[in-house]
Amino acid sequence: MQLPPALHARLAGAPGSAEPLPVERDPAARTAPFRFAPRPVRFPREHDFFEEGDVQRHLYLQDVLMQVGGAPERPRVPEFTCQVAGCCQVFDALEDYEHHYHTLHRNVCSFCKRAFPSGHLLDTHILEWHDSLFQILAERQDMYQCLVEGCTEKFRTSRDRKEHLVMRHLYPADFRFDKPRKSRGPVMPGAAEQVLAEALGDDGVPSEGDAMEVCSEHVEPPPVPAGERRAYSHRIPSTICFGQGASRGFKRAKKRNKHQ
Amino acid sequence: MWSRQRGRLKPLCCGVEELRCRRREREAALRKARREQQLVSKRLLRDEALEEAEEGCVAMIFGEAEIQQFLQLAQRGTEEKEREGALVSLRRGLQRPETQQTFIRLEGSIRTLVGLLTSNQALLQLEAARCLHELSHSEQSAVVEACLPATSYLLTYLSGHSSDFIELCLYTLGNLIVESEAVRRQLLPQGIVPALAACIQSPHLTVLEALGYALSQLLQAKEAPEKIIPSVLGSTLPQHMLQLLQPGPKLNLGVAVEFAWCLHYIICSQVNNALLITQGALSTLGLLLLDLAGAVQRTEDAGLELLACPVLRCLSNLLTEAAAEAVGGQLQLRDERVVAALFILLQFLLQKQPSLLPEGLWLLNNLTANSPSFCTSLLSLDLIEPLLHLLSVSNVVSVLRKVLLTVSVCGQGPCSPPCWTRWPSLTLK
Repeated sequence: MQLPPALHARLAGAPGSAEPLPVERDPAARTAPFRFAPRPVRFPREHDFFEEGDVQRHLYLQDVLMQVGGAPERPRVPEFTCQVAGCCQVFDALEDYEHHYHTLHRNVCSFCKRAFPSGHLLDTHILEWHDSLFQILAERQDMYQCLVEGCTEKFRTSRDRKEHLVMRHLYPADFRFDKPRKSRGPVMPGAAEQVLAEALGDDGVPSEGDAMEVCSEHVEPPPVPAGERRAYSHRIPSTICFGQGASRGFKRAKKRNKHQ
Repeated sequence: MWSRQRGRLKPLCCGVEELRCRRREREAALRKARREQQLVSKRLLRDEALEEAEEGCVAMIFGEAEIQQFLQLAQRGTEEKEREGALVSLRRGLQRPETQQTFIRLEGSIRTLVGLLTSNQALLQLEAARCLHELSHSEQSAVVEACLPATSYLLTYLSGHSSDFIELCLYTLGNLIVESEAVRRQLLPQGIVPALAACIQSPHLTVLEALGYALSQLLQAKEAPEKIIPSVLGSTLPQHMLQLLQPGPKLNLGVAVEFAWCLHYIICSQVNNALLITQGALSTLGLLLLDLAGAVQRTEDAGLELLACPVLRCLSNLLTEAAAEAVGGQLQLRDERVVAALFILLQFLLQKQPSLLPEGLWLLNNLTANSPSFCTSLLSLDLIEPLLHLLSVSNVVSVLRKVLLTVSVCGQGPCSPPCWTRWPSLTLK
């Protein structure tokens, strides 16, 4: 198919539209052998017309078709240590360091040093755990915001919010980033408070890794206080506890303060 | 301008004939699947660097005992390298369907994996995510659905900051999404649409391409027109998508391909195309078409037809909307350079992918159908001759006939054939 040479120049030229040529209707039009009405055509989703293009799209997805671009580069660098105080992790690739930094150091609560996966969860945590004004307001109005982005519901208590997360948003009941704040006063017999303290006491350092797994070798969970009630339809296995959120990123010299 | 991005798989080390044969088989399978409306494709992200390091080691089939061992070591090992190594071994084993089956049947295995995914050990997290990704790519429904307990965390991590990790979560989500309606019935209330809308603001190209993939899978679902597209249209996703399709130095082919397909699935579902038009879809896609035409003249073999196809479809379908006429000024499509671009693309498709020619001609039909201006452009730019040349291509005859008739009546009608006599340069072969 030969294209006129001026076409490429036109493409590169200025935007514009052609003045439509005047059309004279033939007086004999009424006796024409056919009538044709131009019409734009629309094709819906599943139309066969799309078969070819769809097949090519899926070949691409399956990577049979071709590669888009060349091989990636993952340069190795001389080993270096994480610069955050107290962290002695060593790296030889920048991507690994990036991930480490974002996981452990980026969204860290300056009060209790817990790390969170996002700024949003960190902000929620600070508000609910460390803001006394929040506590005061929470006595009178619904302050506990739903954690799902885009959901504007607020709740009176952390429990109500958890129930909403489970029922409405199909979140797991033991969702790791929604821990109930422990109350003031004597440490509650439930939850991982005791367990984590034990774990700390055992070896003097907070264990790294999953707080859930910290509990896996602990004592039987204490009986649930009368006031609590499990509203959820599925049982939480006894080896899983409502931990303290992410474990600390560095060693601490002194025991945790039980009254926060 | 058309910056390339990193590839995913190494070239297969088998002969050209075998490659062609495999491709023909895949094509046939895809055609059959499409006719049965069962078109499902998943993307497997295997890190090239990792592949190279592990070259020569064939993935083994692991039994229950071995899997248990790996999981325990990953959970409770004392040495970090040891723990990571255990997960790497597990991940390699999970490339085999047999190991996948054994894994999901082992009690507590997914629970442990999710625990590692949500731990604070960055490298363990990443490896656990890779294990999940292997599972998500399985052809067995049971294996894929075993990943469901992880979805709330995958979505949570989308608002994190580690681009590699987010990319992995997105591809995994994309694979899960396409598996079954049951999976989508969980992901939608978990807030996948708002999570994607927040994540699309990421500056990382790899994240954006992964997001486009996941979103395209979501939009391709059977129930999408009723259950998914309305909430997507109600979010900020369309504006961001259009922004990412704007020609300019930041335009990336891989990203653009994904979002062009997303737009196509939205538009051909005909839920609310008027909204897209008011957001500038026509003008953005028109400019993109011009850019594409420029690119095909400059670059060889860049996969541009992968982008051309959805852009042609989107424009064609949008032009059928009443809003396309009603909306004024900048948002309308009037520029005659679009016709020039389209013909350059037709020539390109004729050489590269003739099976897509009907789609190009479909756009030409819709451009000219209600527009005497475009018809005139066709004539003044001397494009009838090249158009007639296409009569020799078998799969385009009926569409071509429509276009020729449209032009003959100058986009207006009905009127009789004597219009042909106006332009003596026109000769019908």
